[in-house]
Amino acid sequence: MSDWVEACAAGDIDEEDVMRFDHGGRTFAIYRSPEDEYFATDGLCTHEKVHLADGLVMDDIIECPKHNGRFNYKTGDARGAPVCVNLKTYPVKVDAGKVLIQVG
Amino acid sequence: MIIGAGECGGRAALALRDLGFEGPVTLVGDEPHLPYERPPLSKEAMTGEAPAIKTITTDALLAERSIRHIHSVRAAAIDRAAHAVRLSDGSSLSYDKLLLATGSVPRKLPMPGLGGRCVYLRTFNDALAIRAHLSAGNRVAILGGGFIGLELAASARKLGATVTVIEAQPRILMRGVPAEIAEIIHKAHEAEGVKVLTGQGITAIADDGPQVGITLGDGQEVVADLAVIGIGAVPVTALAAAAGLAIDNGIAVDATLRTADPDVFAAGDCCSFPLAVYGGRRVRLEAWRNAQEQGALAARNMLGANEAHAAVPWFWSDQYGLTLQIAGLSDEGRAIVRRDLDDGAFILFHLAEDGRLVAASGIGPGNAVARDIRLAEMLIARRAMPAPEALGSQAVKLKSLLAA
Ligand SMILES: Cc1cc2nc3c(=O)[nH]c(=O)nc-3n(C[C@H](O)[C@H](O)[C@H](O)COP(=O)(O)OP(=O)(O)OC[C@H]3O[C@@H](n4cnc5c(N)ncnc54)[C@H](O)[C@@H]3O)c2cc1C
Ligand code: FES
Repeated sequence: MSDWVEACAAGDIDEEDVMRFDHGGRTFAIYRSPEDEYFATDGLCTHEKVHLADGLVMDDIIECPKHNGRFNYKTGDARGAPVCVNLKTYPVKVDAGKVLIQVG
Repeated sequence: MIIGAGECGGRAALALRDLGFEGPVTLVGDEPHLPYERPPLSKEAMTGEAPAIKTITTDALLAERSIRHIHSVRAAAIDRAAHAVRLSDGSSLSYDKLLLATGSVPRKLPMPGLGGRCVYLRTFNDALAIRAHLSAGNRVAILGGGFIGLELAASARKLGATVTVIEAQPRILMRGVPAEIAEIIHKAHEAEGVKVLTGQGITAIADDGPQVGITLGDGQEVVADLAVIGIGAVPVTALAAAAGLAIDNGIAVDATLRTADPDVFAAGDCCSFPLAVYGGRRVRLEAWRNAQEQGALAARNMLGANEAHAAVPWFWSDQYGLTLQIAGLSDEGRAIVRRDLDDGAFILFHLAEDGRLVAASGIGPGNAVARDIRLAEMLIARRAMPAPEALGSQAVKLKSLLAA
């Protein structure tokens, strides 16, 4: 279960931004918060399976590019219509300039 | 009490509970379904094996939240003095606050000769009927080059039907879409094998057998197995009008979505309201996000928030692999600045005389324009006057303009 995988270099993602990461046939979204912390969630919106990495990050919110559904990417919480199902989140750590996520 | 169980009415009912309202909530709708999303009806729902309905809630959730949903019943008359609504089944319900979320219906083509093979698309049941005629080799004529017609044309092509789009105006998407973007969409349809006839009025329709014959202004005839008419929508206002409420291209409401009657509100496709970002210009929107936002706002205001509508209009459309998104109303603009993005995507920024950003229209594959359109929307909301050079240069991040 503790399978940490290297997703990208810490500098690959701008502050307050998001990047798509595909691994083992799954897709994830990796975030760098304005406070320079890293987070990871499932990559697809729970409304219509759209890649969230094309969306906009504002503070701790990722907004889906398709219909502006919002999630808190730190907790995965859906924040109102049209999304009502939460996003799954994954543990993240930064080690020697690499961003690692535990895909579990 | 809420009349109209569509996007707006459904969202309003849920919002009332989210806000902690504990009194009775009744949602009356004349369709037989739970509130559902209409946008897929011309898109994904059309291309699957059988159209699936995408409801925005479930019976269980409505029950859990004590929302009474009365379906397949029309509100027939409102007695404002008695605070009561008479329903088509003869029963009567009283209200403290009333929300009209009656939506809009397709504009009827005012021509003789229309029979059973000339149809409209608004409801899930319409979609089921149309889907039954969309198969490889079938001929479909789309009357009107607006969004719903064009999306349906794309879906019909995916299913292998032969598609002709007939538009009376000199180009498709005349209303609200810049020519540069309409041209991209026009070409995409032609590349996919759709015959797009613009500047063609319809002079006669013969629909009395297994096929429809449509005679055009220049004399040519288009023969189809099905004709779908998509020439715009009109707000559903008769109920409100009969109750003595003012109608002005929709049920007229103020910025808080209230009619002249303090206990009656209207929201979504059926209402016209003053749009704050453009100095209170009265508009009526036919857009999904607006229906959601106004449903939620009406819920807050029915509970006394007295909050003014402040959102920027936003709309999207999907055709083939292309997505178009528009924030703001582009007819407010006098000048256009183009910003090219990756993969052929681009955004047109519409600037007012004084340099204020008033709208942004973008098109590209997938969600290529989404992020910048969203940022543009925030700039529009702030009434920003960004430097045209910055807007036009992909090297300048729009987010940095927002911080300025
Ligand atoms: C095919 C299609 C595709 C679309 N695609 C997009 C898109 O891509 N992007 C976008 O932004 N928007 C799109 N829209 C528009 C969007 O769906 C509408 O703006 C939205 O549904 C409006 O919500 P509403 O609740 O105001 O009205 P509606 O959804 O029309 O709901 C109103 C409901 O009230 C009911 N009603 C009316 N009168 C009464 C009465 N007297 N008693 C009881 N019930 C009554 C109606 O039957 C209806 O069920 C599309 C619309 C259609 C039809
Ligand atoms: S796909 Fe994400 S909000 Fe609809």
